[in-house]
This record gives sequence, structure tokens and C-alpha cells, in this order.
Amino acid sequence: MNQLAQENLKRILARQNHRATVCVALLLVVAILLGCGMLMLGNTNYSLAEVFAYLLGKEGGSGAYTIGSLRLPKLLVGGLAGFAFGVSGYTFQSLLRNPLASPDIIGVTAGSSAAAVFCILILGISGPLASGFAVVAGLAVTGLILLLSGGGKAFGSRMILIGIGFQAMLNALISWMLLKGSEYDVGTALRWLRGSLNSVQMSDVPVTLIVTVIMSGLLFYCNRYLRMMQLGDEYATALGVPIQATRICCLVAALILSATATAATGPIASVAFLSGPIAGRIAPGSRKTMVLSGLVGVILVYAAELVSKNVFSTGYPVGVITGLLGAPYLLLLLLNLNKKGEKLG
Amino acid sequence: MKKETSHTYNFIWGFGIELILLLVGAALSVAYGSKQIPLSQIVAYITGNEVDPFLAAVIAARIPRTVFGLLAGASLGISGALMQSITSNPIADPSILGVNTGASLFVVIGIAYLGISSGMGLIGLAFVGAMLTAVFVYGIASVGYGGANSLKLALAGAAVSTALGALVNTIMLPDSHVMKEFRFWQVGSIGGGTWEDVRLLLPFFAVGLVFSLCCASSLNALSLGDEMAVALGVRVGLIRLVAAFAGVLLCASVTALAGPIGFVGLMMPHLIRQLFTCDLRILLPMAALGGSALLTLSDVAGRVLGRPGELEVGIITAILGAPVFVWIVWKSKVKNI
Repeated sequence: MNQLAQENLKRILARQNHRATVCVALLLVVAILLGCGMLMLGNTNYSLAEVFAYLLGKEGGSGAYTIGSLRLPKLLVGGLAGFAFGVSGYTFQSLLRNPLASPDIIGVTAGSSAAAVFCILILGISGPLASGFAVVAGLAVTGLILLLSGGGKAFGSRMILIGIGFQAMLNALISWMLLKGSEYDVGTALRWLRGSLNSVQMSDVPVTLIVTVIMSGLLFYCNRYLRMMQLGDEYATALGVPIQATRICCLVAALILSATATAATGPIASVAFLSGPIAGRIAPGSRKTMVLSGLVGVILVYAAELVSKNVFSTGYPVGVITGLLGAPYLLLLLLNLNKKGEKLG
Repeated sequence: MKKETSHTYNFIWGFGIELILLLVGAALSVAYGSKQIPLSQIVAYITGNEVDPFLAAVIAARIPRTVFGLLAGASLGISGALMQSITSNPIADPSILGVNTGASLFVVIGIAYLGISSGMGLIGLAFVGAMLTAVFVYGIASVGYGGANSLKLALAGAAVSTALGALVNTIMLPDSHVMKEFRFWQVGSIGGGTWEDVRLLLPFFAVGLVFSLCCASSLNALSLGDEMAVALGVRVGLIRLVAAFAGVLLCASVTALAGPIGFVGLMMPHLIRQLFTCDLRILLPMAALGGSALLTLSDVAGRVLGRPGELEVGIITAILGAPVFVWIVWKSKVKNI
């Protein structure tokens, strides 16, 4: 009997795993298609053959500039940032065991964003140094939020409320700095308050790429511990998980991811918040959910960028579109959580 | 008996301090700006004496802004105190509950699509928007077990605020000129206050003030719990409704004219409760005076910090008020959340 149960369990797990693999492949295809769309469509449309010719440097002219210098950086940085937001959001949500605890809801991203604005507009520093500063500020804000939330029963709920307060203050600070900064205009303002791909450059790619690869790698390595910790701290300890180390390691890695992405594109609204739950819906309880949420992040950013550039004549920044997506989901989530009568903490 | 007297002295002290702060704020607000004006000239202008005509023009332009700031601050202070009292929730405030953003959204829709530009029309729209948002947020928060507690209210408010803020952005963005002009629909500012705005705001302020003062003693009873209030002969539902109406009316009329200004309604009642009293009959007028002082002083701070331009007062109140919000949450033990 026991044997049979074990067999069944194995079969179910294998099926889940299989399903997750298929999903990863599917999402990858979707992301690539959307990416091609981003290169092809815009003010001037190009065919796929033309795009490749320009990319490989076979043809010059204005098309080469449009694709190589305008659309390619958006594709690369947008993809990396989407992936980073997705993975870090998933990590936060599973680490704190709360779908609301994504970095963009609890004010962590706003901290990084404020630091990046400070560096770029006030100190005139950009690039890796600004990213580094954003990471440190994100860590400091998170530390402060966790510290102020204290331990005890209401830890989770207090953390979210304090995060909301921090976010309000940091956004006000960002507005202040934008007004003081010499380059104040609507475009930059929206980039730093909502996130946008409009001003990304090829020079943003290396740092973002390296950090995203290293930190995602680290998180993927920690993922199995993270999954065991979902069972509760007691079980995880019994299974031999180094709880404290995993927690700190994951938190720092996720923070670095989201801060680096924020330094490159601004806090693209709701991507971190939406990716994890969507991925969880597609392939629940699999160890590939983390990769999946990264891919969902990429797809969200690409799709929002495509919509903003081609559907609306005004070219909304991506963050406005993703923000419009995220808000109703947030309401729905709240309604569901309230209905279940679940303690939000 | 003796204790009562000392309380009365306490209140007199409180009112005195607030009045002084308010006068300082008002004087600074008229005196400070890109052109500084000596106090003697202001006094001369007000008492009707001879003043340099250029300075007179500057003073004449700054006085309505100051008066508008005083009225708006008082409205927001009372509105916050009412909302905290109705929801028996320490963190209720027009901005936390998303009510300001709702009012803002309706106003922006009115301007962008319906071609409404009269002050009265905008106040009406803002009121409808604010009322709908308040009901909606409270509705979401009170679904499920435990009713509308702090966390659920704050989360629902923040979520609705984000959602509506995204819509406001989307409506305003197509035209960057519109955006610059109407930036104060995102972050409130009293920089554009004129005598006409004051005249528009005044009746709503008066109605709100009278209604809220009439409710004050019943609301005091309500703070003992619904059953106790009923036993004391309070018509709980009616009082809640009237107080909510007054609170929403006050914050909506300010938002219609100045945009969403947050945290004034959160800070003032708290400060007064900490320092002086929980009795709403005293607390409401104190919150009004304190709100006025806070808003005018913040406005002056915005002009100092934002030189050579100026910072919207909503930014300053958020920088000041968000830490207070964090402090309230941090301080409140498990029982409140």
C-alpha cells in the first residue's frame, strides 16, 4: 500500500514537473516572439529579414540606427529588468509567505529608485556606481522596514503597512529631487515614478546582464531550500535547511536584482508583484516556478512596451501600462484574501 | 474639580500655541517667496496705510493663497479626525483611504472629457468621486471575517489609490502641456489659490464644520463602542452617515481646488490626541486650527526647499506625514492591527 502511494506521488510529481518544463518552453517562445515584435514594430515597421540584416550589420542607414541603437537596448535591458523583477518578486513573496509582500508594494523598489534618482540627478553619477548605491539604499530601507515591523504575531501586516508609509515618503522625496534636478521633464519624472524603457542605452546592458545572471543563479541554487521553507520553519530545520543563512542570502540577492533593474529602467510598476502569482497559477508547486516568474516578467514588460508603442499614439511608458494591469489584480487579491478570512499577516 | 480646571488651562494653552503657529505661518506665507517682504509693510497693507505699489501687488497676490491654505488645512484636519472617529481606526485619512485620489480622478475626467471647468462643477465631481471611492474602499475592506480593521482598510485604500492614480496618469499623459499644468492633480498644491477659490471653498467648509461639530458629542459616545452608544441614545447609523458626509465633503472640496494633499488629516488629530484630548468637541476645532497652521507652514517650507521654484505642498506633507504614519503603525501593538 505504502509502495503504491509512493508510486502515485512520484507519478504526480513527474507530471507536474513535465508540465512546468512545457510551460517554460512555451513562455520562452512567447517571449522571443514578442521580442521580435519589439524589433519589428514601431514608428517604422520592418520585416524580420530586414531586422536581421540590420542587426548583423549588412545594411546601414536609418534602419540600422533605429534597430541597433533604439530598439535593441530596449529589448535587452527590458528583458533583463523584467526577468530580474519577476524572480525577485517571487523570492520576496515566497520568503515572506505573503502574495502582497513584493518589493514594489512594500516600498523596497521605491528606496532603490530614490537612491538612483539622487545619484543621477543630484550627484551626476550613473552606471555601476548608481546601481551600487541603489542596492545599498534598497537594503537599508528593507532593513529599516523589517526592524520597525518587529517580531511577533502581526509582523506581516505591520510590515506591509510600514512599507506603504515608506513608499509614500520616498515617492515624495523623488518628486522633490526631480523638481530640483536640472533635467526635470515629464519623461524622466515618469521613468522614476512608474518605470520606462524610453531612455535606456546600450551601456546599461553589461552591468544589468552580469548582475542578473549571477544573482538569478544564486537564487536558483537557493530555490530548493526556499521551497522547503514554505513548509514552515520547523519542517525546514528538520530537513536540514540552514534557515537563517538561506533567508539572508535570498533577501540580499533578490534586493540586488530588483535594485539593479530599477537603476536601469525605473521601478516598472507591478511586474514584480504580478509575475510570481501568474507563474504559480501556470505551474503550481514546481521548482521551475522561479524561472517561470522571471519569464512572465519578461513577457509582461515586452507586451506592455508593444502595446504602449503601437496601440496608443502617445507612447505611454511601460510602467503606466503594467500599472493599469497590476491595480485590478491587487484589488482582486485583497477581496479574495478578505473573503477567505485569512489572516493577512 | 481641580483636575477639570487644569484641563481647561491645558486646552487654552493648546489653542494659544496653535493660534500662534497659525499666525506665524500666515505671516511667513505672505512675506516669503521669490520677493521677500518686510513684516512692517504687510502690517501697513492690512491696516490700510501707504505701501510701495509693487509690494502691494505682491502682497495682494499672496494673501488669497494664504487664506486658501488656511481654509484647506482646516478642512483636511477636520476631515481626518472625522474619518478616524467613524472607522475607529487610527490610520484613517483621506489620502490613506484613497478618497483624495478618487476625487482627483473624477476631476481629471471632468476636465479632459466632459469639458467642465467651473469651480462648482469640479467640486461636485470631486464629491461624487470621493464618496464613491470611500464607499468602495470601505466595502472591500469590510468583506470577510473581522470587518474593516486597520490593515484591511489601509491595504484597500492603498490599492484603490494605486489603481485610480494609474488611471489619472493615463488620462493626463497624452498631452504633456496638460500634464505640467495639471500636475497638481497628482500632488496637491495651493499655489494657484485665488479669492474665487476661497469663495468657493468657504460655504463647503462652513457646512462641513457645522455638521461635524453637531456630531461631535455623539461621536464621542460612539468611541465607547456601538452598543454603548445605542444605550446612550445615539442613533449610530445616522451619526455615522452625517459625519462621513461632512468628512468627505470637506476633503473633496479641497481636492477639487488644490489636488490631493495627503497626511494633514492623519497628523493633526494624532498629535492633539497625544498632547491634549480625545474629546471630539475640543479635538475638532483644534484639528482645524492645527491643520491650517501645518498646511501654511508646509507651503512656506515648500517655497524654501524648492528655490528658485517651489515644491507642491503635497510633497512636503507626505515627507512629514509618512514617518508619522510609520510611527503610528510601529507603536500600535498587535491589538490594533
